[in-house]
Amino acid sequence: MASEVLLRPADFQSDVHNDWCPGCGDFGILKALQMALADLKFERHNVAIFSGIGCSAKTVHYVTTYGIHTLHGRVLPFAMGAKLANPSLQVVALGGDGDGLGIGAGHFVNAGRRNLDMCYLIFDNGVYGLTKGQASPTLKLGLKPKSLPAPNINDAVNPLWLALASGATFVGRGYSFDIKHLRDLIAKGIRHRGYAFIDVLQPCPTYNNLNTKDWYGGEDLVDAAERKTPRVYKLEERGVDPVVHTLEDTEAKQLQALKYALQWGDAIPIGVFYQNEQLPTFEDRLQDRIPSYAVEPPARQVIADAQGRPTVRLNKLLDELVVT
Amino acid sequence: MTRNELTWLIGGPQGSGVDSSANIFGRACAYGGLQIFGKREYYSNIMGEHSYFQIRVSENQVRSHLDPVNVLATFEAETLLRHAQYVTDDGAIVYDPEVASTKIDDIPTIEARATQDLKAYLTARGVGESVQGALDAAAQRGVLLLPVPMTEFVAQVARKFNVDQLSRLSRTVNVLAVSASFGLLDYDFAEIAKAVRYVFRAKKSVAEMNEFGARLAYDHAKQNHGSGFAHRLAPVAANEKRIFVAGSQAVGLGKMLSGCRLQTYYPITPASDESEFLEANAVLPTGAEADSPEAQESAFLKENGNSIVVMQTEDEIAAITMANGAALAGTRSATATSGPGFCLMMEGIGWAAINEVPVVITLYQRAGPSTGMPTRHEQGDLRFAIHAGHGDSPRIVTASGDLEESFYDTVKSFNFAERYQCPVIHIVDKALANSTQTLPYFALDGVRIERGVLARPRDDGGYRRFELTPSGISPRAVLGMPGTIFWNTGDEHDERGHITEDPVVRMLMMEKRMGKLDLAAKEIPPEDQYAFHGDKDAETLVVSWGSTKGAILDAMEVLRAAGRKIGFLQLRLLHPFPSEAVAKVLRGRKAIVDVEMNYSATLAGLIREHTGIAVTHTVVKYQGRAMSCNELRDSLTAVLDGKAPPRQVLRHGV
Repeated sequence: MASEVLLRPADFQSDVHNDWCPGCGDFGILKALQMALADLKFERHNVAIFSGIGCSAKTVHYVTTYGIHTLHGRVLPFAMGAKLANPSLQVVALGGDGDGLGIGAGHFVNAGRRNLDMCYLIFDNGVYGLTKGQASPTLKLGLKPKSLPAPNINDAVNPLWLALASGATFVGRGYSFDIKHLRDLIAKGIRHRGYAFIDVLQPCPTYNNLNTKDWYGGEDLVDAAERKTPRVYKLEERGVDPVVHTLEDTEAKQLQALKYALQWGDAIPIGVFYQNEQLPTFEDRLQDRIPSYAVEPPARQVIADAQGRPTVRLNKLLDELVVT
Repeated sequence: MTRNELTWLIGGPQGSGVDSSANIFGRACAYGGLQIFGKREYYSNIMGEHSYFQIRVSENQVRSHLDPVNVLATFEAETLLRHAQYVTDDGAIVYDPEVASTKIDDIPTIEARATQDLKAYLTARGVGESVQGALDAAAQRGVLLLPVPMTEFVAQVARKFNVDQLSRLSRTVNVLAVSASFGLLDYDFAEIAKAVRYVFRAKKSVAEMNEFGARLAYDHAKQNHGSGFAHRLAPVAANEKRIFVAGSQAVGLGKMLSGCRLQTYYPITPASDESEFLEANAVLPTGAEADSPEAQESAFLKENGNSIVVMQTEDEIAAITMANGAALAGTRSATATSGPGFCLMMEGIGWAAINEVPVVITLYQRAGPSTGMPTRHEQGDLRFAIHAGHGDSPRIVTASGDLEESFYDTVKSFNFAERYQCPVIHIVDKALANSTQTLPYFALDGVRIERGVLARPRDDGGYRRFELTPSGISPRAVLGMPGTIFWNTGDEHDERGHITEDPVVRMLMMEKRMGKLDLAAKEIPPEDQYAFHGDKDAETLVVSWGSTKGAILDAMEVLRAAGRKIGFLQLRLLHPFPSEAVAKVLRGRKAIVDVEMNYSATLAGLIREHTGIAVTHTVVKYQGRAMSCNELRDSLTAVLDGKAPPRQVLRHGV
């Protein structure tokens, strides 16, 4: 819903002291999110941002929309509950990679199966920052950031593959130090009709000394002429069209997305990998069952009159149970 | 001759239609103005294990079962073998003569321990280890044996209706057993036919075939054995409008009425039935206009009405957290679960407590720990519910004693949740969930919805979700309400909802949250906190909570009719605990008997904790089957006679 007085990104900045480490990638994501909210011309009270637990989850306290800082791994069911109750809310969920892909992996998969119209951002830095740098589910096998006593004994999950396998209808990846690109990506994800998942590459300057800003920027990839080649590149600049235009496109677009999602190392794609608006959202499916859902979703129903008398006519159901 | 006081039991392998048969029996009685209490027992199994349904019939209200069975209706061997010895001497066994030769060892579904006991019982009576042996043993005691040629009757039905596939008539044997019982009891066939038609209402041809079969069995029983049987059932005039309610419907109906509009659940026995009932009735009737059939078809009503969204989640963690999310958006939200699922909800309950979210958790207790006995009964979760989650946190815990209370308490639970802005754990259990009862039509007129203190839209930017107020209750805003931006966090927080570790704010917030319990204890009406039944000045007082109520009241009725004085204090609000009121009622009694379906007598512990008063006796049961009226009558009689040990353990029930 567009507001009369347009809000600027700064209007979405709260007065709460930000306690992230200097140089943290989270700052870029916060900025991009505030810019996207302004670009989307949202009113504050129509936006509810949910977060899990961790450094990333503190984001909601720095934004002047509703900010619901939930439990470790549980951001998605909280967010889905609010969206189901009031589908006119703009619901954004966010959290870290450990939050969403470790402790919350079950919800990650099931959010894909549902396809509610909402957007989920993972701040992906390969470590558990707030508990001092343990390996997260996106840290590759054998890597040893300085915070680990020994090389990582587990292999990494591929968030984009998992999102695709689970049924997410928008799958994207951003980079926290490319704020404008991330702003547009978040706006696209929020506008997407269905469940949008965005993995945001986010260096942790304190604990992950491998996937750093310099590493993503390709400071070490220098050719003979001393030119750097950034590792991160944009899919749209390579002419990749991620959109499923008709349902018949689905398999080809999914395979394309999986292919690009495999790329890592010296070339790391960002942008939209896959987008499919041809499928019914969960709200559409509910609407088929409950014809009044769109007009009177749970949160908008009047359940009692001024005297507190229930509006439901339960006698109609009780009458079916009458025996004498 | 005993008229209109009967216990009837039917059993069979799970999946063979035992429930529908019991439904027919119960309904036929209810249509004839009789009152029933039905109890369902079954294994954690889809198909093949022994299940049974026991129905007690009376002209007066019945709230519990009796162990002795007057008529045992069977159509296969296992039920007969397991239950024949509990048939009263003046009772009867309806059976299929073709199963008489079945030996105990041919039945793999009877557990080894039970097989041993059964063999010992039969051997002691000098009869064989077979169905025939069980019949012989029963006949020795004078039990009437009623063989029903079931195969022959099914064949007659098949011939009459030109059915080639006998599998289409697989349920007819149950109906034969039901109807033969009625013939024996000389009940009115019209009521039986009505019940058959109701239960098979989905398919007219099936209803007709079963009605025909029912007639055959009814006439057979009546002609061959009806005249001399010691028990009779006869219709009586009902003096009130009555409903026939299954346990899983009572809470569901309460949720519909309460305005609960989002329910989450993860499949678990015995809680899921309620959610499925809600899902099947997702579109709810509203408004005066809906009274006419035309109006029900109108586009307006189709697009404007009350409805409930039921979400099957990926686990119980998602169930509680999704309900929390919906509650934040202003929806009355709930989840229903049982012990193992409740275990997973701890963190979500703590989050709701610290963020003052009104959410209702319906806890269907079953036998634990761990998976325990998933389909069997226990009241083992009282302490768990009161202390669910880490840290000191407010929650209200209520427990219903019967199906009527389950219905009304559901509405109250939401009112408490919204008035005190905290999670409410409403405890019911397997015994309630799987019982069936005739009840007076629910009194809907007095029901009120109270949503507590709500915030209003504002434009000054000054809303504080956790504003410190004298009462501890802050006006509650919901997501989407203009000018009420707030923050929530599982961390300790300030008035706006931002994280704080400030020691002073921490103290203020703890006192605010926990103080709401004192307010609730003050404000919740005494009748919602406890109920006193029986003789006010009795020297002997029973204390209990939850579904033991029915058996206690029925046992007391018997005792009081025999001139004994006894009272019963039923606890309905378990947290905050009504300490002073309980102490007042307990003080000065000669005997205080704590009755509970668990090992540890948890209520006795709570009473001691809150009042310093120790009960003199406990009567506990933990083998998974609800307490019967007769075993409770016996144990209370022992107390009244001064012959009871401090702890009595009940053990009846197959």
